[in-house]
Amino acid sequence: MAARAAPAEMTAEIIRLVDVSKVYGTGDATVRAVDAVTLSVNEGDFLAVMGPSGSGKSTLMHILGCLDVPTTGEYRFAGEDVSRMDERELASIRNRRIGFVFQQFHLLSSMSAWRNVELPLLYRAARDRKQTALNALAQVGLSNRVDHRPNQLSGGQQQRVAIARALVTDPTMILADEPTGNLDSHASREVLEILTGLNRSGHTIVLITHDPNVAGVAERVVEMSDGRLRARVAA
Amino acid sequence: MNLLRTFDTGMRGLLGHRLRSILTTLGILFGVAAVICTVGIGTASANSVNSRIAALGTNLLTISPGSTTSFGVRGGSGSANTLTMDDVSGLEDRQDAPDVAAVAPVVSGSVTLVSASTNWATTVQGSTPGWLMTEARTLSQGVFFTRQQVAKHAQVVVLGTTTAAELGVTVGSQVSISGAPFDVVGILTASGSTGFTNSDDLAVVPITTAQDQITGGSPDSVQRILLSATSTGTIGSAYLEADQLLLQTHHITNSASADFTITSASTLASTAASVTTTLTILLASVAAISLLVGGIGVMNIMLVSVTERTQEIGLRKALGATPRDLLRQFLIEAATLSFVGGVLGVGAGLLAGILVPRLANIAVTITPTPVVIAVAVAAGVGLIFGVYPAARAARLAPIAALRAE
Ligand SMILES: Nc1ncnc2c1ncn2[C@@H]1O[C@H](COP(=O)(O)OP(=O)(O)OP(=O)(O)O)[C@@H](O)[C@H]1O
Ligand SMILES: [Mg+2]
Repeated sequence: MAARAAPAEMTAEIIRLVDVSKVYGTGDATVRAVDAVTLSVNEGDFLAVMGPSGSGKSTLMHILGCLDVPTTGEYRFAGEDVSRMDERELASIRNRRIGFVFQQFHLLSSMSAWRNVELPLLYRAARDRKQTALNALAQVGLSNRVDHRPNQLSGGQQQRVAIARALVTDPTMILADEPTGNLDSHASREVLEILTGLNRSGHTIVLITHDPNVAGVAERVVEMSDGRLRARVAA
Repeated sequence: MNLLRTFDTGMRGLLGHRLRSILTTLGILFGVAAVICTVGIGTASANSVNSRIAALGTNLLTISPGSTTSFGVRGGSGSANTLTMDDVSGLEDRQDAPDVAAVAPVVSGSVTLVSASTNWATTVQGSTPGWLMTEARTLSQGVFFTRQQVAKHAQVVVLGTTTAAELGVTVGSQVSISGAPFDVVGILTASGSTGFTNSDDLAVVPITTAQDQITGGSPDSVQRILLSATSTGTIGSAYLEADQLLLQTHHITNSASADFTITSASTLASTAASVTTTLTILLASVAAISLLVGGIGVMNIMLVSVTERTQEIGLRKALGATPRDLLRQFLIEAATLSFVGGVLGVGAGLLAGILVPRLANIAVTITPTPVVIAVAVAAGVGLIFGVYPAARAARLAPIAALRAE
């Protein structure tokens, strides 16, 4: 793993949200999708986020992934204030530090599975990109579908391609928005094994799930409702 | 991301969206080809008009009776014949009119010529040997009549090729004009028709003979006087000399009330030049419209794919692309389409330049300027509409771009 910035090493805190809110719309149509959330995640943590549909889980996750900017509040990633970063620094964090699994997969329809998995490798110095992409696909059990396009894959297979794309860069932190939402219990278990394996080898994992069994794998579970976050004592 | 990899990504982007790429290329192709072709046709016809005007001989002046105070002629020209043989001899004076090379008085009328085998109605002009030079004509057979023959009222005639052919006569034959026998002494070289009248269908006889037997009228008055300047460069001074001389001999002090009008083939040339200009503007407009239509086609295709591309940009940004990476990728995609479309368009335009003259008998002259402009505009449209939406999307937060509609 690449050497990390000194502050991250010292605090071991990779995510620090203070009073973060995300507000959509104006006037009467205002939606506080994320409402004054304060959250701290340390390196190596395995955190599960639960909560009803529309409670703001995905919105929170996008902010954590530096894919969206909070309306108010402070976000520090590895000790650094994200709001002060320029486009290049943000691009570098998204590419090197974070692997993101989207709820809607967001695969490029014109490309084969392995080309999709290869995408993040294009934006960094990487050798043997194809082999690396194929290895990631093998990890999610899709070695026999590498040349298929997204529209030739089942929903579960597409989800696994999206997971492979998040793994392929060996990121510090993996953010997965319902990574098992479209999988049967067998495939779901496999994905969880991959994630726990990654967590054991030092990766930070944050995942969103509706499934208590999946949440049960996590060390820590938080729950969102109406944009607010509260810790949940594991059942 | 290094350039080679960006290039590779751009190419795969194009191949991944074959239909869009082909349509864009076609839009540019047709725009460029249409411009090259229409401007080529315009240039060719302008050239042909110009060369026909040059063939008219631009050192020619014509003096006609009447004034041009209004467009219609005061008093009715021709009815009051104010031009006389005195004017002609005055103009022939090399001292008073040094820039006039040749002078020829003309009277004319429509007459039926009768040969041994047939008859043929045509225009008979009575003139002097100066006619050949002022009309910029030559003979293909025989000789023109001489000053002596003019003085002797000789019954000789020079025929245009069409007239000679219609009558079935050659040099040495006889034709009868208004009942009197004329010897055919010469045949004019064919000049090709120069517009409204067939200049190869006419007969020329000595002016004296014409006044006696054909047009009637006073032996002193002439209908027109043709002048040729010593060169195209001296036509202006020849004009002024003739004008001065005639005002003097006609005792007119105010040139505004002159009883004659001098026109030149260069007046005609300037008219024709303005016609050519109009033609060129018209064709340039057609070309501009084809380019616009091609450009709008390209623009549409680019804009229609903006949503899809914006989502792609959002995703690539989420995976670590910088705005610069994205801009480069889209620049390479658009530049490739523009380049390929432009090259194919030039090829198609040149091909049309070869095929159109063969298939439709329309001349096409291809010049570099419209080719360069067409390619620049078409490629510019492709580049702007390929890159601009991308540049805008690249500034959005990844999620905002991913959610674009
Ligand atoms: N771009 C947007 N504009 C306006 N409102 C939005 C936008 N994105 C999300 N919202 C609103 O914010 C709230 C939270 O949405 P979010 O996608 O975070 O929910 P979620 O918890 O992920 O739900 P699910 O479990 O169904 O995926 C919702 O009420 C949604 O309508
Ligand atoms: Mg969601």
